[in-house]
Amino acid sequence: MSYTEATLQLLSPAGSIVESDTTAEYLPYIDKLSDEELREFHRVMVVTREFDLEATNLQRQGQMGLWVPSIGQEAAQVGSAFATRKQDHIFPSYREHAVAMIRGVDMLDILRMLRGLTHGGWEHAKHNNFHIYTLVLGSQTLHATGYAMGLNLDGSTATGNPETDEAVIVYFGDGATSQGDVSEALVFAASYQTPELFFLQNNQWAISVPVSTQSRTPLYLRPSGFGIPGIQIDGNDVLISYATTRKYLDEARAGGGPRFIEALTYRMGAHTSSDDPTKYRPDSEVEHWRELDPIARFETYLRGRGEGDDFFQDVATEAADYASDIRLRTLALGPPSTSMIFDTVYSEPHALVGQQKEWLANYEASFDENGAAE
Amino acid sequence: MSGIQAMPMAKALNAGLRQAMLDDPKVLLMGEDIGPLGGVFRITEGLQAEFGQNRVLDTPLAESGIVGTAIGLAMRGFRPVCEIQFDGFVYPAFDQITSQLAKMTNRHEGTLTMPIVIRIPFGGHIGAVEHHQESPEAYFAHTAGLRVVSPSNPHDAYWMIQEAIRSNDPVIFFEPKSRYWPKGDVNLDERGPELHSTQVVRAGTEVTLLGYGPMVSVLLQAAELAAEEGTSAEVIDLRSISPIDYDPIIESVRKTGRLVIAHEAPGFVSVGSEIAATVTERAFYSLEAPVLRVAGFDTPFPPAKLETTYLPDADRVLEAVDRALAY
Ligand SMILES: Cc1ncc(C[n+]2csc(CCOP(=O)(O)OP(=O)(O)O)c2C)c(N)n1
Ligand SMILES: [Mg+2]
Repeated sequence: MSYTEATLQLLSPAGSIVESDTTAEYLPYIDKLSDEELREFHRVMVVTREFDLEATNLQRQGQMGLWVPSIGQEAAQVGSAFATRKQDHIFPSYREHAVAMIRGVDMLDILRMLRGLTHGGWEHAKHNNFHIYTLVLGSQTLHATGYAMGLNLDGSTATGNPETDEAVIVYFGDGATSQGDVSEALVFAASYQTPELFFLQNNQWAISVPVSTQSRTPLYLRPSGFGIPGIQIDGNDVLISYATTRKYLDEARAGGGPRFIEALTYRMGAHTSSDDPTKYRPDSEVEHWRELDPIARFETYLRGRGEGDDFFQDVATEAADYASDIRLRTLALGPPSTSMIFDTVYSEPHALVGQQKEWLANYEASFDENGAAE
Repeated sequence: MSGIQAMPMAKALNAGLRQAMLDDPKVLLMGEDIGPLGGVFRITEGLQAEFGQNRVLDTPLAESGIVGTAIGLAMRGFRPVCEIQFDGFVYPAFDQITSQLAKMTNRHEGTLTMPIVIRIPFGGHIGAVEHHQESPEAYFAHTAGLRVVSPSNPHDAYWMIQEAIRSNDPVIFFEPKSRYWPKGDVNLDERGPELHSTQVVRAGTEVTLLGYGPMVSVLLQAAELAAEEGTSAEVIDLRSISPIDYDPIIESVRKTGRLVIAHEAPGFVSVGSEIAATVTERAFYSLEAPVLRVAGFDTPFPPAKLETTYLPDADRVLEAVDRALAY
């Protein structure tokens, strides 16, 4: 499934601004962006991609249990993440590395999780409300909706001040839309008119299953049956991702109720490092989407605005430095402590878990230095 | 295929599924990524190409949907075999399995059967992220109306999957994913033991070690180490978690007087707890020591780098053996 007439786009694949009756509504959001902000969009996309490639290398070299690449989806993520306001809460799935970076998560924390050192990795309270990754597909859409219900209940939203009114954005994939949880989240969001944006990254595949198995209609039409407005955007266009997210989130925070964006994009890499996509999708499809690459397109646009080689060279250098720093810090990660197994199962002491922790300590102490039991 | 062939359990399951589909045109496979990809563990590799999309359904991504529609298909006379991609993703289907599938025959006063198999790759030792290494068998064993089994080797896998598919009751089929790849001989001509029977896989006299699925190879290893230290251990492969074939277990305990039960699942309210209680009831006077359980801790399955600390290994089994012998 590629772009349709309904697909909103501000930046054409050739890198030029699309001016039309439909884009007129969104162009003002872009006009307000400074050159510095536009450069920042590019910078984060490039650094995230380099980070992603480095993580893939680390996985191949046995340093990571698993890697989940986000390559190809940078524009959908960077545009939408820059459109959030600092008070907003972000509920990601597991591939939103660029969003994490923008919200200030140390990317090493994502690596720690996929290296097998932790199930979580970061505290959302300390990372600009970027919640931890959720691996059970679709679950986080209900959590996000409940959180947004809470904002309504405690009056933290819809006061009329966009600088402080809070809203929620939740990320999920095309495959996840088939989960009952996602439909239930849409029902609750509509019933309680939550200040919430459902941000679907339709990257065309759920592992080996094409989106056509999940839905016979374009997915942006689904929320309308729940009474939630939905639009479809070119997810490889960072500008439309930014403008539509900004608009929808601000409408939601102003009391307008939930909104839904389907961002059409493509998972350029494997589903995860365990996957072999050549088993199920043709190279020609990958090549088609390579032509629509989000970073190349935005670079063309910036060059058209007068950005010169120096800037692009600086960004490339920064990305390479970032990647080598991440590599060094990953290699320096130590083993987790066994107490992690027990210490946070409950928030208060628990007799059985306490006994087992003690048993393990004694058991491990019973091995002498040669590893033999005494 | 015929004769005795060495193959990994993954291939044995593939061959068993294929044979079941050849034997009965009503057998259908359903699941996520089981078509062109052949499943994330390649258990269904080649089957969609051979039998077509009407026999091997690459479903939408919804476990409740998979099991719920399998129930409707079974009502219509099909015999669905559902694949749940990983142990930790069965829970979205929990309601359909426990409230619907398990009770359907009873609700229909026996006039409707539910010949559905739910295959679940389970257990640890694959270094995966959260939700990919769990052992949820106790939830299902606790639910009346479900049969629960787990093969430990390729030969059993080949025959047990076919028997499970022939069963007119729902069968939850736990596949030990850490045992998918080691090879073993499969006798393709000679049917294995009955689906719900327990097997003694190593004879011994001083202590009985009991487990199922991924734990059987650990118990055999422990028995080998025990033998080196002069202790004779009998090893029993439970194979069927519900119902449990107790006679061989009681017989063994009468001989050895000691029973150590091991599983990866947490020990609290577990399969091991159930067996310990029943053996105590049925063989109290034969016991020289309390029945001991070696289990995963009563915590969530930890991050991968801690899995070998969490999972019972031969040393932990031997520690329990020492305790049992010390009584
Ligand atoms: C409830 C549940 N079932 C199955 C899985 C296994 N699984 C992990 S990712 C995935 C595909 C998800 O596709 P999509 O929602 O499109 O997200 P994408 O990976 O493309 O970003 C599957 C089936 C899971 N994580 N959770
Ligand atoms: Mg997808």
